[in-house]
Amino acid sequence: MQDLVKEKPFKPLVVSFCCNWCSYAGADLAGSSRLEYPAEVKIIRIPCSCRVDPLFVLRAFQRGADGVIINGCHPGDCHYSTGNYYTRRRMAMLFSMLDFIGIEKERTRLEWVSAAEGARFASVMNEFVGELREMGENKRLGDIRCKE
Amino acid sequence: MQRVEGEIKQKAHELLKSGVVSSVLAWKKGDLVYDAAPAFFKSPNALEDMVYNGFCCSNLSKYLIEKDSENEKVLVFLKPCDTYSLNQLLSNHRVIKDKIYAVGIGCDGKIDIEKLRAKGVKGILEIEEDGESLKIQTLYGDETCVRRDILLEKCLNCKGKDHMVYDELIGSELSEETALGDKFSQVDELEKMSSDDRFEFWRCELSKCIRCNACRNVCPSCTCRKCVFDNPHSGVNAKVNVTDFEENMFHIIRAFHVAGRCSDCGECTRVCPQGIPLQLLNRKFIKDINNFYGDFQAGETVESRSPLFDYNFEDIEPNVISKGRGIN
Amino acid sequence: MLKLPVSKMDELFSLINSERTLYMPLEKNSEICFDKWSSDASIRLDKLNTVKSPKDFFFPASENIAAFKTKGKEIIMDDIRSEIEPFALFGVRACDAESFNLLDLIFLNDKDFVDTFYESRRQNGIIITTACNEPEETCFCNVFNIDAANPGGDISTWIIDDTLYWNSLTKKGSGLTEKIKKMFEQADESEIADHQAKISGVINKLPFKDLSLDGFTGEALIEKFSSNQWEEICHTCLSCGTCTFICPTCHCYDIQDFDTGKEIHRIKCWDSCMYYDFTLMAHGNPRTSLLERFRQRYMHKLVYFPENNDGAYACVGCGRCVQKCPISMNIVKVAKALKYEGMK
Repeated sequence: MQDLVKEKPFKPLVVSFCCNWCSYAGADLAGSSRLEYPAEVKIIRIPCSCRVDPLFVLRAFQRGADGVIINGCHPGDCHYSTGNYYTRRRMAMLFSMLDFIGIEKERTRLEWVSAAEGARFASVMNEFVGELREMGENKRLGDIRCKE
Repeated sequence: MQRVEGEIKQKAHELLKSGVVSSVLAWKKGDLVYDAAPAFFKSPNALEDMVYNGFCCSNLSKYLIEKDSENEKVLVFLKPCDTYSLNQLLSNHRVIKDKIYAVGIGCDGKIDIEKLRAKGVKGILEIEEDGESLKIQTLYGDETCVRRDILLEKCLNCKGKDHMVYDELIGSELSEETALGDKFSQVDELEKMSSDDRFEFWRCELSKCIRCNACRNVCPSCTCRKCVFDNPHSGVNAKVNVTDFEENMFHIIRAFHVAGRCSDCGECTRVCPQGIPLQLLNRKFIKDINNFYGDFQAGETVESRSPLFDYNFEDIEPNVISKGRGIN
Repeated sequence: MLKLPVSKMDELFSLINSERTLYMPLEKNSEICFDKWSSDASIRLDKLNTVKSPKDFFFPASENIAAFKTKGKEIIMDDIRSEIEPFALFGVRACDAESFNLLDLIFLNDKDFVDTFYESRRQNGIIITTACNEPEETCFCNVFNIDAANPGGDISTWIIDDTLYWNSLTKKGSGLTEKIKKMFEQADESEIADHQAKISGVINKLPFKDLSLDGFTGEALIEKFSSNQWEEICHTCLSCGTCTFICPTCHCYDIQDFDTGKEIHRIKCWDSCMYYDFTLMAHGNPRTSLLERFRQRYMHKLVYFPENNDGAYACVGCGRCVQKCPISMNIVKVAKALKYEGMK
C-alpha cells in the first residue's frame, strides 16, 4: 500500500544572487528567450557580486534555502572593474569554511554569467537545482524556527 | 622573568615621571597568584602594583584601539606575539604609532590556569615558577607540575621570539620559543574527517557557546565601532543563541570577519569560558589563505596587504575548491 | 537523617529518575554541566562549580513566551507554554542553591507580578544539594552567610568517603524522600559533624573569607555611585558577557521578537548589562558608556539589590567570575576598591 502513495518530489529552494550589470541581465535574457529553469530559483538583484556579505549567504540558509548561488560578471568584465575579484576570494574562504563546519559543499556556488549568456544562466540553474534535488533538504544550516 | 619585571617597572617609572608618556598599559597584581589584570597606570606611585609573570597572558594591543583620539601617549608592554597584533592595527590605521610607546618584553610562555585545574589541582594558593617546573601550594597540599604541560594553547603555537614592532626591547634575550610542531595539525585532522563527522564535531563544540562575546571583544582584530551582532536593525542581533543556527552563524562570521587580519594571537581560545577550540576556525582561514594566495602572516609588517583586500587575476575559483578537485 | 553506601548511588539515581527527570553535573564533550542523568553518563560530582550555573533550569537562557500571526487585520496570539515536567537537580552546591532564593525575590515576591514561567519551573523542581568537600580558592560563600558544609535546597546530601548522607529540609524534599526511603538506612547527624568541621576548617583558610561588605548599603549609594574608582577598575573591561552569563544570580532579561517568516516568536532571553544594547529603548540608551554599564552591574549586586531586598546581596560567592573573567576583574576586586567610599 505504501508504495502506491507517491512521495512528493523534493523541490529545493535556491537563492540566486545576481549582479545588476551582467547576471541579472543574463537571467532576464533567459526569460525573454523562453528558456526554462526551475521556479524554485529566487533571484535577488544586487549592484555587484561583491555586495554579497557572507551573512547574506548564511541568512538565506537560515530562512530555508537549500542552496545559494552567487552570479557575477566574468572576471575582467566587472562593471566596477574589480568587484568580482574580491567576491572570488571571499566566497572561496566562505565556502571552504562552510565545508569545514560540515555543511555540504555542493550547496554553495559562485558562477560567472554575462548579460549575453541567457542560455548559460538557465543551464547553470538547471544543473544546480538538479544537484540539490538529489542531495535533499538542507538540514544542517537551517533555523528550526523558520521551518514548518 | 623576575629581572624583566624589575626593568619594566623601572622603565615605566622613568617615562611616566619624565612626562614622555601620560599612562602605562601593563598588568596589575590581583588578589590571587594568577589573576593579574590588564590595567592603565597613571602615576608613578601606582606602579607598585604592576606585575609581570607567567600569568600576564592578555594581549594588551586591544586596548590601544582609538587611543589616538585622546590627547596622551601610552607606554605599552608587548610580548613577541602581541606585536603582530599591534602591527596589524597600525596597518589598518586603528592605532596611530605616534600615540604609543611600545616596549617589547621577553616571554617564555604563559600559563593556563584552567589546564592546571583540569589536572585536578584544587584550591591553588601559591605558584612558584622555578625554571621548568612549577611548585604549587594548595589548600590540600603541595603539588609540582612541568611548566610546559600547562602552557596556553597560544603558546604551543608560539610565533617566535622576535618582536615585529617596538621602540625598545627589555629582556627579549630571555624569550623562549614554546611552539610544539605544526600549528595546522589539528585543522588537517579535521579536514581528513568526513563531512558528517566534522559537522558532529562542531555541533558538540559550538553548542557549548553561551554567546558571551568574549572571543569577539578580546580580539585585537575585531575593531568595528559597532558590531553587526549588536545592531538591533541588522536582523541578526541576538543576546543569546536561541537555535543551532545562531551558534553556527556567530562563529562563522566572527572568524570570517577577521580572516586575513587574524595574526593567530590565540586570545579568543584563551578567554572562552567554555573552552571551545576557536583557534581552529581562525587557523582554517589562515591555512586556506596560505594555500590559495601564498603564505601570509598578518601583522608581520605594517605595509603588507591583507589577502582579502587583494586579488590576483589567476585566483582559484571557489567552485573548484568546493568540488574538492582543487588544492587540498 | 538517612544514609546509603556510595556504591548504591546508581540505583538511587535510577529510582529518583523514575519519579522525576534527574539532572546532575555530567561530563559531555569535555564540558561539565548539569544534564539529564542516564545510567551510562559520566557523573562528575567532584566538580565544584559547573561553568554554567544551574539557574537555567528555572530561568532559561532563552524561552518562547508567545507566538503571533496576522490574519487580515486580526492578530492571533498563541500561548505556547508547555507543561513543565517534574524534575530534580542533584549535586547543586550551597551557593547555587541560595541563588534560587535570590531569584525568587525577583520573579515571585511581588504577588501582582509573578513570573509564571519561572514559578512553574520552581514548583516542579526539587533541589538536592551536596556539601562541598573541597572548596576552591575562589570561593567566598561564607561572606554571604552560606555554609558550604551545610547546604540548603529541598534536600541536602553529604558524600563522605563511601557513604552518602541524605537529609530532607522541605516538604517537597520529604515527599521525594518518602518515595525512595526503602533504599536508605537511618543515620545520625553526629556522623557528619567531623566532616562538616573539616570543611569549615578549609573555608577558614580561603583567601577571600574576610571580604567585608560593610558599608554597601543604600545610605552610601551616592558616594559609591559617584566614586572616582570606577573609571580605573572598568578601564580594561572588554564588556563581554562572561560574568553575567555564568553568574547564578544575574537575572536581567530582554524580550525580543523573531520573525520566522510565518509568525512572530516573542522570546525572553538573558541580557547582560555589559552589552551595548542593554536596556536599549526607542529614544536610545540610558547608559551610553562602558563605565555606566560596568557600574550598573556592581551597584545592582552590592547596593541596589540589598536596598530593595532587606539587605540580601545579589551575589552568593560562587567564584565563577573570579575564575572566568578574561581580564581577571571580578566582584571581589570591585568590592575592595569601593570599600571606603561613603563610609562614615
